[in-house]
Amino acid sequence: MANIRTMSFDAVIVGGGGSGMRAALQLAQSGYKTAVITKVFPTRSHTVSAQGGITCAIASDDPNDQWQWHMYDTIKGSDYIGDQEAIEYMCQTGPEAIFELEHMGLPFSRTEEGRIYQRPFGGQSKDFGNGGQAARTCAAADRTGHALLHTLYQGNLKNETTFLNEWYAVDIVKNEDNAVVGVVAINIETGETVYVKSKATVFATGGAGRIYASTTNAHICTGDGVGMALRAGFPVQDIEMWQFHPTGIHGAGTLVTEGCRGEGGYLINKDGERFMERYAPNAKDLAGRDVVARSMVLEILEGRGCGPDGDHVYLKLDHLGEETLNAKLPGILELSRTFAHADPVVEPIPVVPTCHYMMGGIPTNVDGQALTIDKDGNDEVIEGFYACGEAACVSVHGANRLGGNSLLDLVVFGRASGMFIEKQLREGINLKDASEADIERAMEGLNRINHSEDGEKASVLRAELQTIMQNYFGVFRRGDYMKEGIEKLNALRPRVENVALEDKSNTFNTARIEALELQNLFATAEATAIAAEGRTESRGAHAREDFQERDDENWLCHSVYFPESKTLGKRGVNFTLKTREAFEPKIRTY
Amino acid sequence: MLNVSIYRYNPELDSEPYMQDFQVDTQGKDVMVLDVLEKLKTEDPSLTFRRSCREGVCGSDGVNISGKNGLACITPLSDAVKGNKLVIRPLPGLPVIRDLVIDMSQFYAQYEKIQPYMINNNPAPAIERLQSPEERAKLDGLYECILCACCSTACPSFWWNPDKFIGPSGLLQAYRFLADSRDTATEERLANLDDPFSVFRCHGIMNCVQVCPKGLNPTKAIGHIRSMLIRSAT
Repeated sequence: MANIRTMSFDAVIVGGGGSGMRAALQLAQSGYKTAVITKVFPTRSHTVSAQGGITCAIASDDPNDQWQWHMYDTIKGSDYIGDQEAIEYMCQTGPEAIFELEHMGLPFSRTEEGRIYQRPFGGQSKDFGNGGQAARTCAAADRTGHALLHTLYQGNLKNETTFLNEWYAVDIVKNEDNAVVGVVAINIETGETVYVKSKATVFATGGAGRIYASTTNAHICTGDGVGMALRAGFPVQDIEMWQFHPTGIHGAGTLVTEGCRGEGGYLINKDGERFMERYAPNAKDLAGRDVVARSMVLEILEGRGCGPDGDHVYLKLDHLGEETLNAKLPGILELSRTFAHADPVVEPIPVVPTCHYMMGGIPTNVDGQALTIDKDGNDEVIEGFYACGEAACVSVHGANRLGGNSLLDLVVFGRASGMFIEKQLREGINLKDASEADIERAMEGLNRINHSEDGEKASVLRAELQTIMQNYFGVFRRGDYMKEGIEKLNALRPRVENVALEDKSNTFNTARIEALELQNLFATAEATAIAAEGRTESRGAHAREDFQERDDENWLCHSVYFPESKTLGKRGVNFTLKTREAFEPKIRTY
Repeated sequence: MLNVSIYRYNPELDSEPYMQDFQVDTQGKDVMVLDVLEKLKTEDPSLTFRRSCREGVCGSDGVNISGKNGLACITPLSDAVKGNKLVIRPLPGLPVIRDLVIDMSQFYAQYEKIQPYMINNNPAPAIERLQSPEERAKLDGLYECILCACCSTACPSFWWNPDKFIGPSGLLQAYRFLADSRDTATEERLANLDDPFSVFRCHGIMNCVQVCPKGLNPTKAIGHIRSMLIRSAT
């Protein structure tokens, strides 16, 4: 018997980061009984680490800027597997969503005219690539994520959202119709396990950068939403697409914003050469992130890396002057001094491409409804289940996300999910109640860990997983290597399932949470590995040495990974724009 | 080998808290205090602390390090070790849940009390509300607060009256909204703070300034609020 307490809500949002809190705000404002389940206090979510800004055509820097240009850049940046309908919606709705945040109090930096300050970021252009570099990223100094996350938390306090802070969602509860009717969650402080019942369950669980050994991501980015979805038998899309950010601090992995290059910084190799001029003669250091990251790795592999081991390059900022650096990049000065022991005012920062962002995730439509694929290959909505933000794949980033588009994705689709659920709740949602057995099923994983008797430590297994992913599924990939990596994952799986939990206490048991997170990391990593091996081409962030060309004939599509069969399917990319003809795939150069 | 002494308390097992001694091989590297905690947790998974971003922006890992409050993730051993010994305790003044994890409810309650959100009931324009760079500059040194509680739990006035004195962190945020040219609720905000405890229990001890890991100055903000309160009273 599932002898646990039930709490009931109209809507439950799992994840208290940017997208979760934007969705929650929408629902709280509508008066529906809404709860946010978040494993950390909301302002400690990983959105807080976003630095450079939120890209959106608000026409501040350039009064003639157009959202259509932003749409073009994003589609090109995605290497043409971003869904054009979703990208159109994001770029068109973006300004409204940004102005709402400003009205809510977000302390954006300002221009002399009193408008929001915008800086150049990679992959940005005017006039559909013909008008030169645009400056379209709205910024609050280099702490935009912090400013955004705190503002959203404040907005939710004002609207009296219910927060279940330091609660951890364990698994999805499905009813007999395969619809999602809530989650089983643990109150971390007390250890109590509760069935959180809901008419609408939104996954805003963020990314999973911690599947790699070197990542800009917080410790908490463990792919909980992807893991839960996969265990519930739902597919994930484009999960092989991982962004390696060009500028993680060498050794520490902490992020150095692309805004540094937007403000005029550039990368140099050991000879002091500004090497991006060779790889991207027009955009140079502001080419797409995938392009810059690969160029850096090539410099290092060809012996032009910096430092005693030649294993990084330098980001030069000192020529911008102390005053500009203090005004525009104060957080970077702090981070570099702390983690690189380098003062950017006088010396360059050692940087290396570092795992940063999961472009793939739970496939959704523009309304945030999670999708699966039926046996005839058609999209099918999963009743009761929604996703937004990094956990979702709506897909606006395709094979490569542009800098500044993640924060926009968060607010636009958090908001869209909230609005759509509000409409559905108003019209009435009728899902069958979960049976005792349904709830029991969602507790199986937790029960197994709670009753573990032997097995290895979570920290040891996690480190092994991260090393496998780093070595076999990094910036450059090769079929035979990836097959070897998959074999290693297969060998690791039973050990992960048998993870030890020596400490069975209930009070704030972080060892239990880490054992559960490990399951999600593994599930995300395995899906990544199988999808990466299966996509036999190079596109965006997915660069294969054995298939170096983009293959539009076979792979101008999403990959869809099905967990039960561990197989890879395909799903069409949306090429239907409401406002104009679709953008046809072109060779992508910067 | 570095000697590390850590406050331990699991209410399910321990009748009272105790200090546990560990030895850690740091290989002579000047790593962060959080790195030491993470290393120890791989050996003893029951060791409990909060952490998230590991770069000083999420505010999860505020602890008392060799007598001074700070963030474990951005405090290098070179700043924290005295005589080859590192002592880590929970932030003082609030109830301990387990090991280094404290119950922050009172801290958050004080934050919520100051209405930490923009109030402006004038109809919003179709674009952003305009704000000059000079007006915006007034928010620098205020909005960056990460709610780590290092300051409030270093404040004797907050230890004494955690239910009535807002504390340095909450007051810094109170001033963040008072100072914002877009906020129109100055009078209401001041009225809510106008009692003997909320603001005036600050005695200018300045522990808050000394420990803030973001280099912010709550005492200065509190001074501004005092001036505003005195001005509005006359």
